[in-house]
Amino acid sequence: MKAYPFDYIRAESVDDVLSALDRYGTEARIIAGGQSLMPMLNFRLARPEVLIDINRLAELSGIEDRGDHIRVGALTRHVDVARSPIIARHVPVVAEAMTHVAHPAVRNRGTLGGSLCLADPAAELPACMVALGADLVVAGNNGRRTVPADAFFMGMFETAVDDGEMLIEVLLPKSGPGTRSAMDEVARRHGDYAIVGAAAVAEMDGPAFRDLRLVYFGVEDKPILARETAAALIGQSWSPALAEDLKSTLAQDLSPNDDSQASSAMRLHLADVLARRLLPRLADPDGPHPSRTENESVSR
Amino acid sequence: MSDRSYSVSMTVNGEVVNANVSARTNLVDFLRQDLELTGSHVGCEHGVCGACTVRVDGRIMRGCLLLAVQADGQSVETIEGMAGDPLMTSLQDVFVEENALQCGFCTPAMLLTAHEFISRVVETGAYRPDRDAIRDTISGNYCRCTGYQSIVQAVERVLIQYETAPTKAPNGAPNPGSDR
Amino acid sequence: MTDAASDHLPHTDSPHTVSGPIGHNEPRARARRTVAGKGRYVDDIVLPRMLHVAFLRSPHAHAAILSIDAAEAREAPGIVAVVTGKDMATQCTPYAGSHQLFKRLKAPDQYPLAVDRVLWQGEPVVAVVATSRALAEDAAELVDVDYDILPAVTSFERGTPPAVQLHDDIPDNIALVEQLGTATVGEDFPGADQVFEAQFRFGRITGTTLEPRGIIADYEPREGALTVHCSHQCPHQQQDIFARHLGLPEHKVRVLCPDVGGAFGLKQQLYGDEFAVCALSIMLGRPVKFIADRLESMVSDNHARDHAATARIAVKSDGTIVGMEVDDIFGIGPYSQYPRSSVGEGNHVLRITGAPYRLDDYRARLTMVYQNKSMIGHYRSVGHPVACAITEGLVDLAADGLGLDPADIRRRNFVRSSDCPRVSPGGIDMPDMSLETCFDAVVAAMDLPALRAEQAEMRKKGVYRGIGIAAFVELTASGPEYYGPGGNRITSQEGCHLKLEPSGVVRCWISVTDQGQGTDTGIGQVVASHLGVAMADVRVFSGDSETTPYGGGAWASRGIAIGGEAALRAATALKANILELAAVVLQADAGTLDIVGGRVVDRDTGTERMPLSDVARIGYFRQDTLPPGVQPELSVVRHYVTPRGRKFMATNGVHAAHVEVDTQTGIVRCLGHWVAHDAGVVVNPSLVEEQIRGGVVQGIGSALFEELRYDDDGQMLSGSLADYLVPMASEMPEITVLHVEGTGVEEELGAKGVGEAGVAGSPAAIMNAVNDAIAGAGLGQRIHTLPLSPERILGALGKVPGEL
Repeated sequence: MKAYPFDYIRAESVDDVLSALDRYGTEARIIAGGQSLMPMLNFRLARPEVLIDINRLAELSGIEDRGDHIRVGALTRHVDVARSPIIARHVPVVAEAMTHVAHPAVRNRGTLGGSLCLADPAAELPACMVALGADLVVAGNNGRRTVPADAFFMGMFETAVDDGEMLIEVLLPKSGPGTRSAMDEVARRHGDYAIVGAAAVAEMDGPAFRDLRLVYFGVEDKPILARETAAALIGQSWSPALAEDLKSTLAQDLSPNDDSQASSAMRLHLADVLARRLLPRLADPDGPHPSRTENESVSR
Repeated sequence: MSDRSYSVSMTVNGEVVNANVSARTNLVDFLRQDLELTGSHVGCEHGVCGACTVRVDGRIMRGCLLLAVQADGQSVETIEGMAGDPLMTSLQDVFVEENALQCGFCTPAMLLTAHEFISRVVETGAYRPDRDAIRDTISGNYCRCTGYQSIVQAVERVLIQYETAPTKAPNGAPNPGSDR
Repeated sequence: MTDAASDHLPHTDSPHTVSGPIGHNEPRARARRTVAGKGRYVDDIVLPRMLHVAFLRSPHAHAAILSIDAAEAREAPGIVAVVTGKDMATQCTPYAGSHQLFKRLKAPDQYPLAVDRVLWQGEPVVAVVATSRALAEDAAELVDVDYDILPAVTSFERGTPPAVQLHDDIPDNIALVEQLGTATVGEDFPGADQVFEAQFRFGRITGTTLEPRGIIADYEPREGALTVHCSHQCPHQQQDIFARHLGLPEHKVRVLCPDVGGAFGLKQQLYGDEFAVCALSIMLGRPVKFIADRLESMVSDNHARDHAATARIAVKSDGTIVGMEVDDIFGIGPYSQYPRSSVGEGNHVLRITGAPYRLDDYRARLTMVYQNKSMIGHYRSVGHPVACAITEGLVDLAADGLGLDPADIRRRNFVRSSDCPRVSPGGIDMPDMSLETCFDAVVAAMDLPALRAEQAEMRKKGVYRGIGIAAFVELTASGPEYYGPGGNRITSQEGCHLKLEPSGVVRCWISVTDQGQGTDTGIGQVVASHLGVAMADVRVFSGDSETTPYGGGAWASRGIAIGGEAALRAATALKANILELAAVVLQADAGTLDIVGGRVVDRDTGTERMPLSDVARIGYFRQDTLPPGVQPELSVVRHYVTPRGRKFMATNGVHAAHVEVDTQTGIVRCLGHWVAHDAGVVVNPSLVEEQIRGGVVQGIGSALFEELRYDDDGQMLSGSLADYLVPMASEMPEITVLHVEGTGVEEELGAKGVGEAGVAGSPAAIMNAVNDAIAGAGLGQRIHTLPLSPERILGALGKVPGEL
């Protein structure tokens, strides 16, 4: 199919974008990497009157170490995030997540900000933001505001970016000495959106969980923080016995969707499986992890 | 409904192209229909099959997921424009020798993907990919005819050839190792 | 590159010896062009004043068309015509997918566009023709169709009277019930100690050619001639159809099939939208192009499979298989496909189930039902994967029930070479079979005992691997006995036209077509070998109904098996003509001469007498030097039709799959795959190997990933490539292909078909391997529903609720 007609504005600055948004309101759509918007346009599922292209906004690109956090511009391409030594060193969960994101040609064009603003419930990066407790900086005509990742993702394809606003950058907390992180997902094929996935960032006191943010994606309409499950683990060291109780706390945390991709019961099951695979990795990153074995809950 | 045209100027396969395009025309349609560069193919128009893959400013991208108007001022390369590239020539020869294609519809895009992959390996020299790494890389390109194995075989052969003879590094290869 | 020709495993002593390029991995001329981006697919062709069409398709699975208002669309920018189904019906005669071998088949008439009722979501309703595709799509949105939505038939339960009727004269929606065998379905098996039963379900899939369907029709009104460029396998078939149904003289219809971006049987029939394009070009007197986009491909390309079967196997306690039964319900969508009918797949299930085994008690029933879903048609390996999965699923079930090794029970029950010639209970002629040789080759290549030992060790560690074996009988190279008496105008002959050019090189036109298999190259190898010239001196042309000899094109694995034999005969005839002329020139006896390396030589000594260029030069330019009455004939045409009474060239093969099942997630990892296949004489090993590998990957796709799902209203839920999961390189295993050169072929060339082999056995092997991993370890039930999705596997393991 061919896209429905639209007008095109190439923005040269954030102010350009904001004034165009102001002028065209909800009839305008911002295009960043376009790896999700373009199929919607090609299939006539999205019909903006105006497309505001932000791909020339150099100020929105780049990865920068700012001491206590890493700043990633919204327009930074997936490929550059994936290959960044800064990300690999200071935000390893994002580096790990990138290995699951699509394929080379898509990673070369797709952007971090685009993925976050799309807010696909099955996407890896929004969940990583929530697990990290990242801050997302949004600009509007009234200036800039910082939205915590927890509050940014509001629903399926729905974010806290209001009409007339755009995402500028993401501030990622750096991994500390006791920080451990991991992510994993179950997808039919490599590079596909996950059926269920999870990202976890923990602060460890030796073998014990001091803080844990375990976030699921592909389960509900947005990334879900498994609070009850985390609460049950705080202060504890990982042991196979803990695994036995995970499913019941996860059932309190999650109300999984039921659709043609997977039943609600299957999603809860996979959430449990992923927790059993991720949590031991946090507790002992150097240990053996027989992740594909039937008796992983029995002994390691 | 507005279907106005925008004037663009880009470099396509080394030649400057000036054209008027409708905003809704995607890059691969522009290349195929306006410039008659039919080596890039349209298989799905939603970025999944990979048949439309072209290079924009040295990086492979989906030609169906870019607008022609977005390529204004950029350098676009298609399979036709890679004719003199030594690495591409090696890949093309070995693809034929290994029978790494049947209908050929996916092949130009598959070659561009393999080209970027090998270029990066040669450039970074950081790791020696195994066949699984090749499989991961070409997974963004569907092939419905082969069993992928001959493609993996062909890419591996050229990779080994270039790894063991790094002086033969391709001219004008992109520099995907840079971290902007 | 290894020359696998040296790895052939002779089944018996091969009688076929010929020098030349036969048996070598000759590279493909077409490939050299396509790697450079110089492929010429239909969408690459642009004609002067060409128009573009977009089809408005039904959003409903079943509805009556109350009215169509196209007034606004006709005023839209760039619009040349808006044509409804009623308008279109006046331009052509209707067509029905009947088959006279199945006289009870009820096949209603079809028209290119829906006339007063739509029967599936995606059925073309209105054609909008414009100066660009984008403008045609813009205007199509302005067409207002008023539908009365009707309930849709989306499932097939035997015995329940349908709530809705699709066709006026078919109250039960049943297209055909066909039975065969030695007893009636459901009867006891005499002589059996035990009988095992299973329910099988095969999801809907589709060929998903990477190049979508496409056509350009170019009608020249003054000449009254229609030229069609289309992405199709069968140019002569399409020429016949377009001529008859559009009322054109056949010699004024030319169908060209340029480079085709994958076909797999999907591009073998008449599609209403493509037919409509021809009619539109006649109506408008201008070229009209239609290229299906992927969304319309998913709902308008022919689908395949969609079977639900109950099947039984009867065994003695010692593992002897005495009987088998299959009761198959086959959903075929809203119509029977034209011109071949939709019986093919069901008929193959009926006939091939159980065929690899020496059983005599066999009963089969096929019930074909109409549904409000997309058309079902032929897709690579028609029916074979279904029959194979049923057969091999049952054999594993029996082995399990009797406590026998799955390899042993197969080995002892295979139809042996010494049992042949044999006619299977399903009616398959087996002049010879090489199942045992293929089986032994696979077992040795995979080192089955070592894999079994590893499997046992890994189980102790909680890693669950499985091995699945599947043997299949494959029907290739269809003869005239199916479509001839069926009344379908599908030729089973193939032809080859050879012309010696004055410089001594050869042009070759063939009726078989090449969608990437390398048929052109294989034919070139046959010609070069049997004429005695170099490959470089033969150029092969195909895919043009006007210039090539009349023939079938590409279907049922005929390219080399039948087309190659025609080429062999043409080469032999041309060689005789050349030698006859050379003998005159040399004043020698033609019988003492031969052609080797492009030169006429003394047969006994090999001494060069004259190059072909000299023979040709004299034949074309110096007839004055020839004795009176000598007529040089340096161009010949030969055709080949397979022996009367032989429906197919039956061959066989064995697959083995090695998988690991993640029993926590239900994800299956393919660790390795082996295929031993009997292609008779292999003309080009590398072409055969990768074609088989490609088939294996398509089969694995249907076993693990691909499924066209519908909701209860007949709305497709997997309408894009984001939802319909085609195999990618990451998930596919390394595939070992072993050639077994069997006999039983009457043709001099000795080649059998190869196109079906990869798909035929791979789903069964994967299914058996997954069941071996799960049920074999006592973790869960067997699953006989394809695809084996993670959810179905977790269901079998009892980890999530759900139907298997």
